[in-house]
This record gives sequence, C-alpha cells and structure tokens, in this order.
Amino acid sequence: MDIILRGGRVIDPGRNLDIVGDIWVHDDRVAAVGPDLSRADAEIIDVAGKVVVPGLIDMHVHLREPGYEYKEDIRSGTRAAARGGFTAVACMPNTNPVLDSGILIAAVRDRAAQTGIVRVYPIGAITKGSQGQELAELAGMRQAGAVAFSDDGMPVLNAEVMRCALEYAAMFAVPVIQHCEEKSLVGEIGINRGYIATVLGLRGMPAAAEEVMVARDCILAGMTGGHVHIAHVSTAGAVEIVRQAKAKGVKVTAEAAPHHFTLTEAAVDGYNTNAKVNPPLRTAADVAAVRAGLRDGTIDAIATDHAPHAADEKEAEFVLAPSGISGLETAVPLVITELVETGVLTLNEAIGKMTVAPARILGIPGGSLQPGAAADITVIDPAAAEVVNPADFASRGRNTPFAGRELRGMPVLTMVSGTVVMRDRRIVGQ
Amino acid sequence: MRLASKHVLGLQEMGERDIETVLAVAVAMKERLRRGEKKTAELKGRVLVTLFYEPSTRTRTSFELAGKYLGADVVNITVAASSVQKGETLKDTARTLAAMGTDAVAMRHPLSGSAAYLARLLECTVINAGDGMHEHPTQGLLDLFTIREKKGRLAGLRVAIVGDITHSRVARSNIWGLTKLGAEVTVAGPATLLPPDIAKTGVHCCTDVDTALDGADVVNVLRLQLERQQKGLIPTLAEYTALYGIDEARLALAKPDALVLHPGPMNRGIEIAAAVADGKQAAINEQVTNGVAVRMALLKLLLGGGE
Repeated sequence: MDIILRGGRVIDPGRNLDIVGDIWVHDDRVAAVGPDLSRADAEIIDVAGKVVVPGLIDMHVHLREPGYEYKEDIRSGTRAAARGGFTAVACMPNTNPVLDSGILIAAVRDRAAQTGIVRVYPIGAITKGSQGQELAELAGMRQAGAVAFSDDGMPVLNAEVMRCALEYAAMFAVPVIQHCEEKSLVGEIGINRGYIATVLGLRGMPAAAEEVMVARDCILAGMTGGHVHIAHVSTAGAVEIVRQAKAKGVKVTAEAAPHHFTLTEAAVDGYNTNAKVNPPLRTAADVAAVRAGLRDGTIDAIATDHAPHAADEKEAEFVLAPSGISGLETAVPLVITELVETGVLTLNEAIGKMTVAPARILGIPGGSLQPGAAADITVIDPAAAEVVNPADFASRGRNTPFAGRELRGMPVLTMVSGTVVMRDRRIVGQ
Repeated sequence: MRLASKHVLGLQEMGERDIETVLAVAVAMKERLRRGEKKTAELKGRVLVTLFYEPSTRTRTSFELAGKYLGADVVNITVAASSVQKGETLKDTARTLAAMGTDAVAMRHPLSGSAAYLARLLECTVINAGDGMHEHPTQGLLDLFTIREKKGRLAGLRVAIVGDITHSRVARSNIWGLTKLGAEVTVAGPATLLPPDIAKTGVHCCTDVDTALDGADVVNVLRLQLERQQKGLIPTLAEYTALYGIDEARLALAKPDALVLHPGPMNRGIEIAAAVADGKQAAINEQVTNGVAVRMALLKLLLGGGE
C-alpha cells in the first residue's frame, strides 16, 4: 500500500527540514521525502498549499478511562486527538482506579489497542493512589510501558517523597511530571488570585502557589540529577525559575497549554466555568511571559492538558464545577493563530514543540519524518478558518472557553502508521 | 415604575438609576411602616420563596415580612428543612421551585456566584440575599438608605468600611453602591483580610484603621467571623480588637456626628465596643427597620404591576 502526499510544505523540525515536496508512505512507514516522488498504484493525496508535519504529540491529556467514561473514554479521546491533528497522546493516571501499577498501565495500553485510533502512552502515578505518601511501583509501570510518572492534579506536596520519586525515576531515565501547586496557598482553584477573583468574591490561586513548587522541584531535580518536567506553566515567575534552573544545568523541561498563552483571567469573569482551569488563567503579563518562554526555549513543549468534563458538571456553581478545558480540538489552530501568525514562533518552532520536543522529553519514537520512521503524519491547512463549535467535537467534553472564536490553521489530515484516521475535519472509518 | 433588571444579583451590575429608584420607593415604604400601614394587597397572589442555605435571622425575616406586608404569599425554605441535605443540587431545587410557579426567589448561599447561577436556571426573579463572599445587595441598599436618611446625601461623604474585607459580601456591595452614588470609600483591615487589588474598585485601602476613620462621616463595622482566627489570618481576637476594634476613643477620630453601621450580628467587645454599639451615633437597629422598607421597595418594583 502506497500513499503520496503531493506538493505540501514539508516541515520536519527535528532535522530543520522545510521544503515544498512530496512524502511517500509505504505501508506503515515513511519511505521517502523529496520533490516529485512517484510510485505506480500509489494513492495521491493533493496537499498543495498545506503544511505537512510529523504526527503531533500531546504529552498531557486526560482520557478518563477507566472510571470516568461519561466524561471521555479512550475511543472518544483518541478520536478527539485525531480530529485535532494528534497522532499520539500521553494520558494522565488520575482515573478511577488511579493508574499506579503495571497491570493498570497494561490495561490502558490494551484498551487503546482495541478502541483507540491514535497512539496512547500512559503516564503512571508517582505515589500509590496519587495520595502523595508512598511511591507507587515505578519499575513495574515502566516495564508495562509507562513513559513518565505524575500525580497530575494531586501535586506531590511532601518534598521528601518528591526527592525519592526523582531519584527513583532517574533509574529508568523517565521524567517525573509535576502539576505545581502548593495547596496551602490556594483559596479556590480555577481562578487567579487578583482583581477578578476579588470582585467575584473568591480568593483564588496566587501565582506564588505555582512558583513555590516549581522552585522547590527545580532544586530537588538539581539535588538528585532526576528529570522534572513542569506541566502547564502559567506564570511569569514560573517561566523565570525554569529559565534560571536550565541555565544552571538542572534537568528540567516544561510545557505550556494553549489556554495559558491565549487567555487571561478576564475570561473567568461572570463565573464562567468553561474558563475554570487549574492552574488558572492568569494576567496579560503572565501570558506574555509564557509566550516569551516558548520563544526562547525555556518552555520546551506545547501540551493541551485536555480535560474533558460532562456538560452538567460544568453547569454548576463556580466553586463546585470541575477544572479543565477540552483542548485537543482547538490546540493546533490556537498555536497557528496565537503564536505563529503573531510572530512569537516560526511555524518550524511551533511544530517542533508539538512533535520532536515531547518525543524527546518522554523518550518515545515519533516526531520525525525521517525515511524509515513510522508514518505518523499531520497535515495542516494554515489558511483554513473555522469558528469553534463544541458540538462538532469528537471529544465527549464540550467544555471550552473558545466556543464562537474564529481560529485559523486547521488540521485537515491525520495519519497513524500509514492509515488515514482523519481527513477534511472528519474521522475516517467507524 | 420598574427596574431595568429582572434580577437583583449585586450592586456591581445594578444601574445607578435602579439603585436610586429603589431608595426612593423605600422612603415611601418606610413612611408607610411608620404610619402602621403594614398590610396591603399590592402583591396579592404573588409568591416569594426565601431559600436559605445558611442560617440567617434578620435577612430572612426581613424578606418574609416585606413580602407579607405587601400581601404576597411567602414560603421559607431552609437547609435543614429542605431536600438539600439529601444531596439535591441547586439546579434541581431551582427547577422544582420553578415548577411550583414561584414568582421570586430570595436566596442565601455559601458559594460566591450561586445567585447568578440560579438566575441562569430560573425564569422567575432572583434576589441575592448573600452569596458567599461575593455580594449582599439588599444589605448594600439598606446601608445606602440608612446613610442617606441620616446624612441627607451620599455624594461626597467619606465612608470607612472596617474589618474583614476579603470574606465580606457586605463590603463588596457597599463598595459598589457607595462609589456609584458618589461617596468616597476607604476600606481598612489587617493585611491578611484585605483582598488583592481591592483599590481597583475605586476605593482607598489601608491597614491603619485610624487613617480610615480620620474625618469619616460613616463607619461601617464588619462582623469578624471567629473562624478567621482559627485559620491563622489573625493571631488572636484580642489583638484584632486592639488594632481594629471600634471603641469610643477610635470613633472620636471620625467626625463628631459620624454614623456607625454594622450589618449584624455583632460580636460585642470584638469588632465593636458595646458603648459604640449602643451609643447615639449607632444606627444599627434603624438598619434593621430600613431593611424591611428597602426589601418592600424591591419586591414592589420587581413583582408589582408596574403602574
């Protein structure tokens, strides 16, 4: 089986390739990249005027299975990924039960093999039940295929537990991903401490709650030689702490989410639960700092923190509504519209943060169009504009603060292992 | 006369005109109460539900009397008596009330934003009787009414609001109402009980209560929730009283005829000295009477025929 993606702008950030040309896919592999490729019997897909990139990798999603299938499951979550242009996702372990043992990691991988349409890389819990007390069986989970460890949403508050996690995980050369939030400093989650919170009668989460833990974990990573990855950096101070730690040679990487480089706390005004996310939307200065961090490389990767919730959970009193944004299907156009069109990142840099960067952080294959690589490919139409309509989402989670917003740069084709799973904004197959 | 807004969710969103309308009608209502005309049929056939998720004596009773004086049927639902304790969500409770043909719901709820949430769910009028730390608009209105009644005006007056600003819905409603009508507001309290960026609402903000009181026309003393001490926001109640308690000596820093308000219930000897609470400058009992008049005005404007 041969497919030729004809005449697109091919960008492969891992080797700084940016040409107009063709990609020949043979079976499940990239066979060649170059001008004027031809092959008898090949299916030709015209991608002229479009951008052809390695399959995008989202290193931070919540697929909710097992336990919260009413919010999302592996089937719907991977379809959302495919529709969003992602060929691989790393899923967080805060399911029910928490993914804190090898057998549960294996179960998620099996389930993904049966029902998923993109690659699924499970992240295991750091501590048993993500309770922050005792290390979970990291080796067992690693052997079963966990690509990183995180108690996402339940930050490891105890510094000694975190030190041990970093030291222990370093034996397998995988990162410990921390959702940085010093809980004792938090009034209510999901809203920044500041003017909007004050007016709404909420105390909010100060930037310091995030920064205190970013600083602590950078120090612990330096102490242990372990690799800490800072999830969803949202404050100017956190960006600066990571920048300084990197300059000192600490093994720290970081990601930013599209909502944190796009929206400010103003989006929460009126108790908008669709803009309730943890860490919260911050100030314009923080948005600018996150963008600057992406630009200078302090922030390595872009990850969605895709957090689907049921409509009736979000339709509640602000404090009772769960935090999170269904982000897989708006990420690419937000990157194009907010970062590339504004000149914060070149297209090459932006794609790098969604391909080769997360692949390197997690130590997984992918993120490359090198001949011989798995044919995981995403095609983006940079000119295609769309008004975000949550009803069109493949995700069960329709919780987005971007509804009604016009964005440009839509993913139009997603290919996993040589199989087209999304074309023209629609999932292919049943 | 009608109000521009169907709901009363907060004084931040209530227009100046609506505030003035309520205050004007409340003058007539108070006069009616003074004359002993406590029963009319203006709201005959109308149903007001008071839905209280927090204990309250004066606000709930005030709404009930206001409704009854105008001839409305009033149903009181409190947490203990309702199905809320069985885990029914506010959404389901609201829909149940709507299905019973309620015309207005006055709700007290511990969560900020719950009144706005209820208003989105219901077709009928929602009156916020206090939502978390957000707003308590009817308290704000009765404070405005009381100040204007005693001082003859609001514009240009210097008002000090003293105490736990962070957790106070009364403070927020006072701030919006007073600044809209031209008063100059200073909030004062310990740094741990002042919310960030409060000055952006258009008030002065300080930690030194004497500065706030200096030359004030009105001192609005907030109730100190005793749990603030347990949570470590202040070291001891005694130290709070020493630094922020309003006693006669401190009150002397304000204008000689300065008015003292307190939304109640008072912690005598903590945020307010008994001598001040019972002194001639205090209008604390008057506030309660005015609360009925203001709520009558609101109900008439919201539920009346619109003549």
